[in-house]
Amino acid sequence: MSAMDYDDDYMDDDDVDEYDSDTGMDVDDDGEDDYGAGDGFAPVVADRDVKKPYEVDFKVHSTDEIVAFQTKEVAHVAGILGCLPEHAATLLRTFKWNKERLIERYMEDPEGESEKAGVVMDAQKQAKFAIVKGFECPICCNDDADMETLALHCEHRFCRDCYAHYLNEKVAEQGESRRIQCMSAGCKVVVDEITVEKVVAPEILAKYRSLLLRTYVDDSVHLKWCPAPDCVYAIECHIASNQLLEVVPTVRCKCGHQFCFGCGLPDHQPCICVLVRFWLKKCADDSETANWISANTKECMKCMSTIEKNGGCNHMTCKKCKHEFCWVCLGPWSDHGTAWYNCNRFDEKASIDARDTQAKSRQALERYLHYYNRYANHEQSAKLSSELLEKTAIKMEALQSTSTLSWIEVQFLRKACDVLLESRMTLKWTYSFAYFLSRDNMTALFEDNQRDLEMAVENLNELLERPIPGVDVASTAATTITPQQQPSHHHVNNGAGTPTSMSKEPSATSLPPLTPSHSTPSVLVEDSIRDLRQQVLDKMGYVKTRREVLLSDTTQGLREHRWGMNVDMKTGILFD
Amino acid sequence: MALPKRIIKETERLMAEPAPGISATPHDDNLRYFDVVISGPQQSPFEGGDFKLELFLPEEYPMAPPKVRFLTKIYHPNIDKLGRICLDILKDKWSPALQIRTVLLSIQALLSAPNPDDPLANDVAQHWKENEKDAIQTARNWTAQHAHA
Repeated sequence: MSAMDYDDDYMDDDDVDEYDSDTGMDVDDDGEDDYGAGDGFAPVVADRDVKKPYEVDFKVHSTDEIVAFQTKEVAHVAGILGCLPEHAATLLRTFKWNKERLIERYMEDPEGESEKAGVVMDAQKQAKFAIVKGFECPICCNDDADMETLALHCEHRFCRDCYAHYLNEKVAEQGESRRIQCMSAGCKVVVDEITVEKVVAPEILAKYRSLLLRTYVDDSVHLKWCPAPDCVYAIECHIASNQLLEVVPTVRCKCGHQFCFGCGLPDHQPCICVLVRFWLKKCADDSETANWISANTKECMKCMSTIEKNGGCNHMTCKKCKHEFCWVCLGPWSDHGTAWYNCNRFDEKASIDARDTQAKSRQALERYLHYYNRYANHEQSAKLSSELLEKTAIKMEALQSTSTLSWIEVQFLRKACDVLLESRMTLKWTYSFAYFLSRDNMTALFEDNQRDLEMAVENLNELLERPIPGVDVASTAATTITPQQQPSHHHVNNGAGTPTSMSKEPSATSLPPLTPSHSTPSVLVEDSIRDLRQQVLDKMGYVKTRREVLLSDTTQGLREHRWGMNVDMKTGILFD
Repeated sequence: MALPKRIIKETERLMAEPAPGISATPHDDNLRYFDVVISGPQQSPFEGGDFKLELFLPEEYPMAPPKVRFLTKIYHPNIDKLGRICLDILKDKWSPALQIRTVLLSIQALLSAPNPDDPLANDVAQHWKENEKDAIQTARNWTAQHAHA
């Protein structure tokens, strides 16, 4: 093999890479992946920076940033009110950080508001330790003469030890901060920050302060903690509650968790929060039983009780409303005259009506099941995709060992899996959204978009599950490959401008190990892999486009009130 | 561990001046464990009955509330069949300034004024709300059956 061959290889690589960055880059928002796509020095795609209609602006904040906000707000208010920062902070917390309302109220009645918030502005009135002669602490019954005692402005006096004990319990065990009250039963006076500071040990004070900080996020409508376990970030998103009818504010935390800022549930684009709530409630109500009911029961025409016939003749008497009817035609029994136990009547008006009603409720159930089955199917497939991810990881290793593709170049598989999963989630929620749409031309458009995305997703999924010809996945899975065992094709990469840190090979092994005897089959395999890669990249790009189209159009439709809803947005009850 | 001064004082006071209709006696071998008897308040369906309870002062007392449970069967919407009591001061409204005496007085008051809107025993509460007269009769019958010495 000559050096020229490798040059060709290098050129191929470059071409494909450029393609990769075209299709693969625009949706990435984490820098880590850009690294891989950027190695071809492709021109930056302009629409990467354009905000799509279904995207919302949000910021991820670390705990430090949240502390900084609060300090700024507190300093501002302290300046206006002319009080200590601690007092301003307590007042702000009481007013849930609504500065304007605080200042307004405070200007009207400074003393009343401070008292309610548990703030003692007057340094003279600030609780301080005192030794009171002949005092017995009502909690520990200690009456030592030199005992330090403390009373808030409510004058309920207790000893220092009891206070310390009490605050420890409240802060360390119960995680309370802002609303700790005087120890006396029923007394509503709040223990102020300065008093806490005086009484407790430094580590408890630190916990108290961190709890206070957390209340800032809990109290603010524009901030939410990321709900992922152990995540320390908070998300800021300025979205009014009435906007939630038009857009699903999906945010992505630095930890990678994607969730809806409106309701805190995992991303549910394009179905808006309120419909998600109705849908989940509906699913919890009757998803499983609905099937059975539909197959095995009929409803009493008069009171709509569900009836299962488990034997006996066709003369039914409803247990609830005593209505007598015929099980076969569902018409009233009285019309059957003497033709008992045998219904051959079909045309009577009453029985036609009765069958209509039943057909209607059956139809409603069937309609629900249509959407539910598809919703559940995508959910199930999304669950299975974790398996697919595992398989893909094995495939990626196998690819690296059988072809000249480098670590970076096989990342397209993992990325395709991510795209697939994301689109499945979107599809899943399109079904719950569609369930609430009334039938009109707009819905037909929505369903077209839905179908296009669905087909693209299934195609991509199939392609990803398909075995790669010539790549023995099983053997790769069985023997874990260490970097030293990997065939050394990485020099190709180095030439292609990949950062050298990506190549784990010592430079000494970078000589081509291929002998002419195995070069023929491996060239074939090589070709088929490159072919596959191209196909996956194409399909992945297409899925992405379809998803964007669907989400953009749905969101725009919501803004323009283009979608006809067949549900009462307040009660969640479906219209007929 | 030595018994805290607070518990000693409280016990002394409870023995010296018991609250009417309530008796609380600590065990000899465990001074944190009390045998309690509350007599059913007048004009309540529990009138005439003597209800046995157990009361235990946990290690954290008085920072944590005492644990109290009915031993005598009782038909009451806020007391379940294991004798557990739904009472705010035994849970989140506990204040260390409260005492054994105040807790037992509150339980006595709960017998006079059942609160079916905040039930522990759902079936009893349902009964109480739907047919108060009938529920009170059941409570009387239970009192006669289980709470008479």
